[in-house]
Amino acid sequence: MLPPQRSTVAGDVDSLFTFINVAGFILFAGIMITILIFVIKYRRKSEDDVTPVITHNSILEVTWTVIPIILILIVFSWGFRGFLTLSSPPPNAYEINVTAASWLWEFRYPGGGTTVNEVFVPVDRPVKFIMRSDDVLHSLYVPDFRIKMDVLPNRYTTTWFQATETGQSILYCTEYCGTAHSDMLATVHVLSQDEFEEWLETGLEIDEDMPLAELGEATYTSAGCNACHSLDGTSRIGPSFLNLFGSDRELQDGSVVVADEDYIRRSILDPQAEVTAGYPNNMPSYAGRLNERQIDGLIAFIKELQD
Amino acid sequence: MAERSANTLRIREFPIDENPKHTYLNHEKGILSWLFTLDHKRIGLLYLGSITFFFFVGGVLALLLRTELLTPAQSIIDADTYNQIFTLHGAIMIFLFIIPSIPAALGNFFLPMMIGAKDVAFPRLNLASWWIYIFGALFALFSIVNGAVDTGWTFYTPYSVQTGTAVVSMTLAVFILGFSSILTGINFIVTLHKLRSPGLSWSKMPLFLWSLYATAVIQILATPVLAITVLLLAMERILGIGIFDPAMGGDPVLYQHFFWFYSHPAVYIMIVPAFGIISELISTFSRKTIFGYWAIALSSLAIAFIGFLVWGHHMFVSGQSELSSVVFSFLTFFVGVPTGIKIFNWVATMYRGSIDLKTPMLYALAFLFLFTIGGLTGIMIGALSINVHLHDTYYIVAHFHYVMMGGTVIALLGGIHYWWPKMTGRMYNEMWGRITCGIIFVSFNMTFLPQFIMGSQGMPRRYFNYVDQFQGLHQFSTIGSYLLGLGFVIMAVYLAWSLFKGPRATSNPWKARSLDWMTSSPPTHHNFEYTPVILHGPYDHHKPMKEFRMGVAESEEERESAKQKPLKS
Amino acid sequence: MGNQSAAAGRKSHLQHHFVNEDQQFESSKMGMWIFLVTEVLMFGGLFVAYIIYRAWHPDLFYMAAQELDVALGATNTVVLIASSLTIALAIRAVQLDKIKAAINYLSATLLLAGTFLVIKYFEYMDKFGKGIYPGQAYSYEGIHHEMAVNFFSIYYMMTGLHGIHVLVGMALIGWMIIKAKKGAVHSGYYTPVENTGLFWHLVDIIWIFLFPLLYLID
Repeated sequence: MLPPQRSTVAGDVDSLFTFINVAGFILFAGIMITILIFVIKYRRKSEDDVTPVITHNSILEVTWTVIPIILILIVFSWGFRGFLTLSSPPPNAYEINVTAASWLWEFRYPGGGTTVNEVFVPVDRPVKFIMRSDDVLHSLYVPDFRIKMDVLPNRYTTTWFQATETGQSILYCTEYCGTAHSDMLATVHVLSQDEFEEWLETGLEIDEDMPLAELGEATYTSAGCNACHSLDGTSRIGPSFLNLFGSDRELQDGSVVVADEDYIRRSILDPQAEVTAGYPNNMPSYAGRLNERQIDGLIAFIKELQD
Repeated sequence: MAERSANTLRIREFPIDENPKHTYLNHEKGILSWLFTLDHKRIGLLYLGSITFFFFVGGVLALLLRTELLTPAQSIIDADTYNQIFTLHGAIMIFLFIIPSIPAALGNFFLPMMIGAKDVAFPRLNLASWWIYIFGALFALFSIVNGAVDTGWTFYTPYSVQTGTAVVSMTLAVFILGFSSILTGINFIVTLHKLRSPGLSWSKMPLFLWSLYATAVIQILATPVLAITVLLLAMERILGIGIFDPAMGGDPVLYQHFFWFYSHPAVYIMIVPAFGIISELISTFSRKTIFGYWAIALSSLAIAFIGFLVWGHHMFVSGQSELSSVVFSFLTFFVGVPTGIKIFNWVATMYRGSIDLKTPMLYALAFLFLFTIGGLTGIMIGALSINVHLHDTYYIVAHFHYVMMGGTVIALLGGIHYWWPKMTGRMYNEMWGRITCGIIFVSFNMTFLPQFIMGSQGMPRRYFNYVDQFQGLHQFSTIGSYLLGLGFVIMAVYLAWSLFKGPRATSNPWKARSLDWMTSSPPTHHNFEYTPVILHGPYDHHKPMKEFRMGVAESEEERESAKQKPLKS
Repeated sequence: MGNQSAAAGRKSHLQHHFVNEDQQFESSKMGMWIFLVTEVLMFGGLFVAYIIYRAWHPDLFYMAAQELDVALGATNTVVLIASSLTIALAIRAVQLDKIKAAINYLSATLLLAGTFLVIKYFEYMDKFGKGIYPGQAYSYEGIHHEMAVNFFSIYYMMTGLHGIHVLVGMALIGWMIIKAKKGAVHSGYYTPVENTGLFWHLVDIIWIFLFPLLYLID
């Protein structure tokens, strides 16, 4: 029933999950079978059935009070132990700063550089997320690692994990945060130590040779534009990018502007200033999140999207 | 028997009018005689009608949600509409349906009857509480028209401060509804303390009333805190007072503490009355004395008390201190013990009974099945390390639907079927009753069992879109929800049919022993034509029925003569 | 209260579902006490918010409290205590069938309650004049603390909710004066006066907590 175990804590959490399920099932089956037997054996034979007066039975009652108490004490201490591990990151953990905003995840690495909606981490090494939110509450959840922690606007919260195998895992937002809550996903890429070192060297660098439009297309997914802006003309949370360039945009105050390079640039850096009529005013600013070449790339990419 | 008692008290057995001409239903006529009635029975029915309406509304919203979830991407409604609908589904079901459901509808009707009183202590307050409820409901409906609300029923800050929807009018609706709940609670506590018939000691109170008493205590202690919380939230939006809004220096986690301090006990406002109904059903349909009367009665109070100390278990990953989480988790498990004790006592009651699987009993058994699952999965999510994984996933959604719907709603349905003959004077069709119970039981499990699996696998709740791997389970769940809806439609049809065409009910079709059955069906305006004198407990199935129909006559002449004698037995 | 039914001959206030007037009186009083419990809990929420914010920002509470006028607050405390005395005397007078005295005492209570609100009005106006508003409209710069508005938000919420209770209490007292003038309350039936008194004592007690918590911080 549970997702794959890809962190060091997952095994312990899953054992407790299984223990409660098994113990619970035995208890449940016991109760249900007893009921079934009673219903069959003591079904009403006639309207004049006489039943005995049984008001209590001390031994029985003490038994069914004490056994559950013992069980819950086991479950409590087991859960407590796992929780201690989950909330005590090792001191040597690799620290990544996480910023949640409606609706994207931004990851900053200690050596500089950021990624959006993708995070790269090394395998077999503790990684600690130091998290804050730009706006409302969010919650970072990676089922494969069995970790979850709310992200708050007014203080830092932390969570940590140590991945046990390389591969990709999905990262969800689990604290309801508005329109695109269910699209606020990110991917965790677990790399081998060597690959991770290599990625730190090269992956964070912008490929200077990539054609602008291709860079824009890559940025479109990596920066999370795709959560709100479609490429096929359908309206989602924001306007579609198809046929956007050069079109007349009617703004919420009634004025009309042409979507030229400057307008798109302003919309990326200060999205709240000129909002197209009919759309909510809730895009986060990308100032500081994208570099100049990425913005140029996005504009070039949007330019090409004409049918 | 009557002779023996006659030495100390002028009592006699009163035969019950099996075909009453004058009942509370025809006591007065006209719509106004209903809307402004002071009769607790009519007020109970007003509530029953209102909650049925809102259950229907909330149910239709739920089916819309399930339909949207047939596909991973958008199917029929857009994301904002989806968010508004799940908020309204939650808010309507909780504040307008489930909180008033058992206490205000069935409780109002049967609490005075079960203690042999003519009414609750404050009938005008009782009527006021229904009108306040309607007024609050209008506010809620106004919010829906005026832009709806998309915050989730929990109104978490700062999202609830920033969103462009009608949060203020919805929080005011909750504020107003809270007062309705408080007034009902006050009324019940005073009635149980002051208006019990002679001889009806606390130890002879039906367990339904113990559960209502525990519920009323929670209503009184918790609801005012909700009132001030939503008031602060409304002020946060109107004035920006900065208590809960981090942009103004406030603290969103403080809001969660305030909110759950009410809303966790509120869960017990919803479920504890259901325990009461189940005690009545199992004893009556096993025709056997309840096992562990005091254990069941006091465990309700224990749950009410411990329920106030566990609110933080909604916040293990909210950023509250780890120490708080540990303490709250520890206390949470101790709610499990009294709950478990109840289940064992109910099963033990059936031992060597004379079990009759009539529709209400089927609902009681369905309750035992579903609620036990709800309770055991509660133990699961009370465990700290697992909670981190399961919090805010479909596992939680499934858990509380097993408790609230599999528990409270199933018990409510059992209660409605059990008391239907008493309330309406008509019998419903037994076969259709059983079939429908079966449909609801199966389809309920179809709807919510897959959600446990999805939650375990990491499907977050409140998701409009989801990743493709969950589609199969979502579709299965949706089909289950359609069947569930069908079950309720069938029920509406055969219950409506019974109102007009159903055979006349006798005064005590189930041969129950509690006082509510010792009067005609439907009861007269004053409930009893005599002052009942209680010599036996409500579950004394081993004693002959006629000993339960003892009373002091209500005619002037007999009352005068009764006054000469001390009212002691 | 045991001999309430002794005042026979007057119009009976006994409702049909009560056995006798003792039962009715005790029920009403119990209901009122429970209602007061809910009131205490509602204010309790605000007190909790107060305690938490004071624990977080003790310096802010000290600085901000200097802005409040202790003399006016103290006067109001005396005014409310006096009004509690007069309403207690009013209840006693009704129990002794001294209806005229009771009306005088009730009117005195009403007057004192009015005085309280007038003083409170001048306090509010003084604050508003300086730009001390609850919430975002706050524009006062005399307190050098970035959270200054939060103290006043709590201040306005607490005193505002209390003020609304004073208004409700005044309405109840006014209603009691009308009832007394009509002869509807007397030694045989004084439940509404007694319950009004209970409510008014609660209003008084809450202020007795608010005054030191808000005005006397050092």
